[in-house]
Amino acid sequence: MTKFSLGKFLLPTYVFLTFLFLMIPIGYTFVFSFNDSIKSNIIWRGFTLDNWLNVCDQADVCSAFGNSILIAVTATLIATTLGTMIAIALVRYRFKFRSATNLLLFLPLATPEVVMGAGLAAQFLDFGWNKGLSTVIIAHVMFTLSFVVVTVKARVATLDPALEEAGRDLYASPTQVFRRITFPLLLPGILAAAMLAFALSFDDFIITQFNSGAVDTFPKFVYTAAARGIPPEANVVGSAVFLVAMAIVIAVQVRSSLKQRKLSK
Amino acid sequence: MAIDFVARGQDLELKGIRKEFPGFVAVDNLDLKIPAGEFFALLGPSGCGKTTTLRMIAGLESPTQGEILLGGKDIAGMKPHERPVNTVFQNYALFPHMSVLENVAFGIRQRKVAEPLPMAQQALAMVELEHLAQRRPQQLSGGQQQRVALARALVNRPSLLLLDEPLGALDLKLRRQMQIELKAIQMEVGLTFLHVTHDQEEAMDMADTVAVMNNGHIEQLGAPEALYERPKTAFVAKFLGQSNIFIGKVAESNSETTSIDFNGKKITGLTSRSEKHTGKIAIGVRPEKTNFHEEEPAATSGLNILGPGEITDIRFTGVSNQYQIDIPDVGEITVFAQNVGRSPVIELGAKVFVSWKVEHSFGLADLPSGAEEAE
Repeated sequence: MTKFSLGKFLLPTYVFLTFLFLMIPIGYTFVFSFNDSIKSNIIWRGFTLDNWLNVCDQADVCSAFGNSILIAVTATLIATTLGTMIAIALVRYRFKFRSATNLLLFLPLATPEVVMGAGLAAQFLDFGWNKGLSTVIIAHVMFTLSFVVVTVKARVATLDPALEEAGRDLYASPTQVFRRITFPLLLPGILAAAMLAFALSFDDFIITQFNSGAVDTFPKFVYTAAARGIPPEANVVGSAVFLVAMAIVIAVQVRSSLKQRKLSK
Repeated sequence: MAIDFVARGQDLELKGIRKEFPGFVAVDNLDLKIPAGEFFALLGPSGCGKTTTLRMIAGLESPTQGEILLGGKDIAGMKPHERPVNTVFQNYALFPHMSVLENVAFGIRQRKVAEPLPMAQQALAMVELEHLAQRRPQQLSGGQQQRVALARALVNRPSLLLLDEPLGALDLKLRRQMQIELKAIQMEVGLTFLHVTHDQEEAMDMADTVAVMNNGHIEQLGAPEALYERPKTAFVAKFLGQSNIFIGKVAESNSETTSIDFNGKKITGLTSRSEKHTGKIAIGVRPEKTNFHEEEPAATSGLNILGPGEITDIRFTGVSNQYQIDIPDVGEITVFAQNVGRSPVIELGAKVFVSWKVEHSFGLADLPSGAEEAE
């Protein structure tokens, strides 16, 4: 006779409930993106594909989304490039103020967003810089940079310096060593950092709110719209972003498991 | 690219090389000459400066002072990628993101060779791995990775091939096999090999010339047999094999023999096999050159006899037994005796005499450091 075990039953239930709790808002957003709503998107009024097919009918949704993408892509490119260079320098070279730089890089991670957003806004005001796309991008580069450095640094630390030495020994100049050895080996870390930076930038609200002026981003739009009822097109955009992100995650998982199987063959 | 492919290896000469790191001197005034086509081993314990020396020749470290001449040309100021020198790294440092073939082709691609892949394939064939060309390095066994690293370096036909403890990561059996293969490849390609190792057997087995390094300088340099038969310093006598060493004041020295007074006992060696003939000197003998006897042997001028002493330890090592014999006023002596069937049945605690021929003694130029080493 098997003994009745509480743990055997309790743990799966607990895990199931946790995931259910986490998934409800996402599921709600997804389901209501198909709602045939009139004014507010709170009561279910029947299924329609109109919201998905005509997402840009609600002009503000699409332009806000476009701004968010533009800001996130630009900020990610700048932050990833700078952050990768900083990470390599911090791991590979000994220089003055190295530990000070390390410490400073952690500050944005620890500073409350409100403080950082307000501080930046005050600075831009001081400089007489009009708030707009450029100020948001600068602000986003600033707060995503630390995340990039931390992520890439971890990858650089696992990179055996002997590999780069072997490249130099095999007639590759420092630039060629970087292009053919260092960069390809760091690429997974750099991509992870870029994805993180993109995600952070894309859904940032607080810092953006302080520094964007009249420029509307997607999170800002949703926040403002919430007061008078979020249009279903916002649900469409949110769901689409979620689906794309999930598709990428699944694709990466499948690819790495295929690679694993090929290697162990 | 300005680097030429060479048909044969080139001479390497180090002149007054010194390397300082913050707080210590890794290599101190090192002079070394390696003739073209020779298999040269730099042997020493970890921290003796051998790897630093190799890295300076590869260009991965720059010497604080001194010249590095390759084929008569000073390369000390050249960048690593400008030197016609290739290295087999300690942990092989194969590029994990490239196939085995691409790894081997890396150097020749950099040098803009017209058809790098067939050449790389050929190099892989030399190390008998052409069938694994499309694999990734991490799919290969340690011995196979080592051979890929070797092919990757050799395909460039460097003037000088540097080997940094290349067999350290392999198990004993594979290491023996690789030693033989490495030596065969060196004979075949005729390149100059500089092999850095802490394994004395490996160095003696493969190298034409061995330089024993200690504390940043070369203690002694020569053919393996010469180094073993005639160590000149206490460090070499102890690092390269084992030795029984006796310290005493010179009691008598003529053109034939030199004797010391060792706690009242006379120990003799040939004058020609002794570095010093006055004052306090150390005389040593290899354990396999010594014999033990249950009866006291007849004293002759050609024999050093010590004892009687007690056997305190017997270790069976397969081909021979190692005996530790404790002789009053003398100390511990190690004797190796071959297990050839006629080995005397000797047990722990037995009383024996130890003897060896005078011509097997060697006189050292210095004294072993520390009294406890003066066995």
